[in-house]
Order: sequence, then structure tokens, then C-alpha cells
Amino acid sequence: MNATLPSDGPRPGPFGSGQPAPTAMQTAPHHPPFRRRAALPLAGLALVAPALLSVLVFFVLPLAASVEGAFRTPEGRGLANFVKLAELYRADILFTLLIVGLSTLLTGLIATAIAGYLTLGQNPRAVAILRWLYRWPLFIPFVVTAQIMRTFLAKSGMLNASLSTLGLADAATLGSWLDWRGIVLAFVWKQTPFVTLLLAGAMAALDRGTIEAARNLGASRFRVLWDIVLPQAARTLMTGLILSFVTMMSVLSVPLMINAQSPTMITADIAFRINAYGDYGVANALGVVSLLMTGAFAILYLRLGLRERR
Amino acid sequence: MKRLLWIPRALGLGVLAFLIFGPISNLLLWAFAEKWFYPHALPTDWGFGYWGRVFSPRGGAWEALANSVSVALLTVALSLALSIPAGYALARLPLPARALILISFLIPQAFPNLTVYVNIARVFYQIGLNGTIAGVVIVHTVHGLVLSVWIATAAFAAVPVDGEEAARSMGAGPLRAFLDVTLPQAMPGLLAAAIFVFLESLDEFTGSYFVGAPDVQMLPLTLFTAAAGGNYQIASITALVLLVPSVVFMLAVERFLKADVLSRIGK
Repeated sequence: MNATLPSDGPRPGPFGSGQPAPTAMQTAPHHPPFRRRAALPLAGLALVAPALLSVLVFFVLPLAASVEGAFRTPEGRGLANFVKLAELYRADILFTLLIVGLSTLLTGLIATAIAGYLTLGQNPRAVAILRWLYRWPLFIPFVVTAQIMRTFLAKSGMLNASLSTLGLADAATLGSWLDWRGIVLAFVWKQTPFVTLLLAGAMAALDRGTIEAARNLGASRFRVLWDIVLPQAARTLMTGLILSFVTMMSVLSVPLMINAQSPTMITADIAFRINAYGDYGVANALGVVSLLMTGAFAILYLRLGLRERR
Repeated sequence: MKRLLWIPRALGLGVLAFLIFGPISNLLLWAFAEKWFYPHALPTDWGFGYWGRVFSPRGGAWEALANSVSVALLTVALSLALSIPAGYALARLPLPARALILISFLIPQAFPNLTVYVNIARVFYQIGLNGTIAGVVIVHTVHGLVLSVWIATAAFAAVPVDGEEAARSMGAGPLRAFLDVTLPQAMPGLLAAAIFVFLESLDEFTGSYFVGAPDVQMLPLTLFTAAAGGNYQIASITALVLLVPSVVFMLAVERFLKADVLSRIGK
């Protein structure tokens, strides 16, 4: 049996489809399994189907029901829910977009800076400390993050106490940070390690040769990061930022616990509409608005991905 | 000039350390504070009084902890059962509309879950799944599927095809080759996926609230109720209990998630 092992002839591609005919003919008598490869698209679909079906049944269908519910009014189908939404929640929609946008931007910038230093830093001890340091908030749940920030950013919290101890600000003039700044800080605090972990991994897998060459030619570390390292890791950065963006659009505990007064985020409004009024119409309409926001972001990602594949 | 570079470096690391550990230590202080009034910088009375209240039989923390952990473990099992075949197919087999399939696992995280969970809760109520562990596990699994499928796909893509082909050409069936050759090599990545799913489940708040509560009490809900009631100590103690598994996994994650897997996530 060992004697009939195929030699290092033309190899099949990684996905097995473009099998060269001669190899298939040589090996076919001894290896009937290869004939089954023709049926593989079906096998692939069958393996993906259970996961895909559970998303369909337990998410897409209820999602469709809620979109349908956004147009349902006591007088039949109509836009009444959206009219009401525009009256009541225009400011909150803008507020949500600004908060999530700003948080995503800050997360991207800080993650790039940390991952860049981890990749290009020349002081081994500083790199080791940073690698140990940045990951702490990674797995801290959002509910816990919200509670942590409620204590840290309160008027009598540790941030204000430290600022006045250092003489950077007067304790009497310092107020609570628990408004839009609190939400942004909580989001950035929680999401930056996640994006950094992905990005630093991608950067570590890059070819060191070009980086060293550029450094030897006298390029500054900032230029190497911006011109050489970041473009090659850009897809991973975008993936991380998209996951962060959609996560922040879905988190209910942070806006509820840090800043539930007006203006607040759409998620808090949805909970309020349902808990206080049982108003599923406007709640569903708010859901549609946030679907449109995240949809725009996802399309941006798909277009970037397609452009790169060409 | 070069010798003075340690100053900005130390300053930067110091500020970062404060921003990361400051909030956490503020929470720790509250967990052990018996009395703490403005404008005192530190609690005036320390102790474990509130711990006794949280973990007393009437406090409900033990029940919430047991519920949270069993839901998370069941969620991991169900997620892996779905993600291992899906990840293998996405990494190795020819699939039509592969990018579309990958992106569709993102759907459960791309929409504020609230209105979706309300609709799920209605359906679950009709079929008797509302207020059960099974119902919460289903909701958590679908929510974390993007992480487990994407990471499993990256893990299988990082395993060289050669070993599996050699096994096949020596007469091993597809399942045998997968179980003996490919699966063990992908195991660190799959463990990382399991860790992410476990923590996602512990963290999950909205789905537990609509599908689980009030019959299935979970830790995040206990924390939220205490915080809404303005009780800093009880909220901080519950938060601390949720924090421990997170920190343990944080210290271990890079052992499982290697760079060659990380760079393939989402592709």
C-alpha cells in the first residue's frame, strides 16, 4: 500500500477543486475517495447548514418580524412609527452615531498605537510591560465595565480624586464624567484590547525583512508603521473595528447604567419604549434605524474586501 | 538625548496603567467598603459585611452563579457542535457565496438584540422555552456564533492541508483523517473559540433578561438590579465575581490563539 503513494507531482489546490486530470487518473484506481470530491460543494453546504439554520431560525426570522412590526400601526401598515420616532428621538439617533463613531475611531487609533509599539518597539522591557498591561479589560463583561466606570468616573470617583491630588484640576470644579464621555470611555476601555489583540497578531505575522530594510534606510518608526506595517494589517484592523462597532450598537447595559437621561443611545430608548409603554412599534422602528447604521458600515467592509480580492 | 527616552516611555506606560487599573481598583475599594462618604478619598470603614449579605441563602448570588456557569458551559458545547463542521467547510471545502456565508454569522451582532429578543421571547413563550435554561442557551449560542465560526474557520485554515491528504491517500476515511490529523492541530484555536464563547455567555445581558428572567436568574441581572438600586457595594461585589473568570482567561488566551490563526480571522 505504501508503495503506491503518489510522488510529488502536481499538487491539488488548497480547496481541492482544480485537481489536474493526469494525477486524478493515476491515483483513481487506488484511491476511490477522490471521486467523492466532485460532490464536495454539497458536503460543504451540509456542514455549514446547521450553524446557518440556527442563525436563520433564532435571529433572522425574529429580526424580520421586528422589521415588519416597525411598519405595523393600529390603522394598518404605515409610517406612523417612524414619524413619531423622528419627533421624539432625532437627537438620540445623532447622539448614538456620534458616540459609536467616536468610540470606534478612538479604539482604532489607540489599538494601532499599542500594536505598533508592540511590533516596532526597541526597548524589550517596555514592550513586555505593555504586552502584559493592555489586555486586562479584554474579557471584562460590559455590565462589569459599566459598574467599574460608574465608580471611577463619578464626581467623587478615583479619576477626579487623582486629578485634584496631582494639582491638575480643582476638586470643587470637577463634576461627574457620567454623560456621553462616560459611555465613550467605557466603550474604548473595553474594546481597545480586543482590536489590539487581533491587530498585534496580524502585525507579528508580517515579514520582518521589509520592516528591517526600511529601518536600515533611515525611515522613522512612525513612517514604518504608517506606510509599511499598517497597510498590510488593514483588513484585520477593519475586521476588529466592525466587530466593535456592531457590539457597541447592541450593548444595552452601558448606556442604561452610565447615562440614561436624554440624550441617550438608541438601545436605551428601545428598552424604555417597551418597559414603560409596551410600544413595540416605535421600538421596532428604532431597531430598523440602527440596522441601517450597521448595514452601512458592513457594506463599507464588503466593498473594501472585494477591492482587495481583485 | 537617547538616555532620556525612558522618561516619556515610563510616563506613557504609567498613564496607561492608571487608566486600566484605576477603574478596577476603584471597584475593588467599593467591594470591601463598609462606609464611604464624599469627600473621603478612601473608605472610612472596611469589611466583609456586604459579602455576607450577597452570599447569604437569601441573597441569591449562588443560584445566579450556578445558572450563569451552567448556561455558559452548555453554550460552549452547542457552539462548538455547530462551529466545528461549519468552520471546517468554510476553511477547506469549495462553497458558493463563501463571503456571504461568513458575513451572515455577523447578523446576530449587527442588530441591537433588544427587539429581536422580544420577538424570540414571544415565540419561546408559546413553545414553553421562555424562562428555561435551554432557551437562554439557544439565545447565547446564536449571539456568540460569529466568534466561534470565524475563529474555527481561521483555526482550520491555519492547519496545513498536507497531513490530511497524506492520511487520505493511505486509506483513511474523511472522518478518520479529520479526527486524527486536522482536529488535533486546530485544537488551540478551537479552545480559544470556546473561551470567547464562554465569556460572551457570561457577559450576555439583554437576552438573559428577556428570555430568562425572572425564572432563570443570572449574575449580570443581579448586578444590574443592585446598580439600579444605587447599592454600590453589592453591585461591586457581584461585578468582582464576574471579573474573576475573565481575568483568568485573559492571562491564558495567547497560549491558545497564535498569530497564524489571528491573522486569518474574518477571511
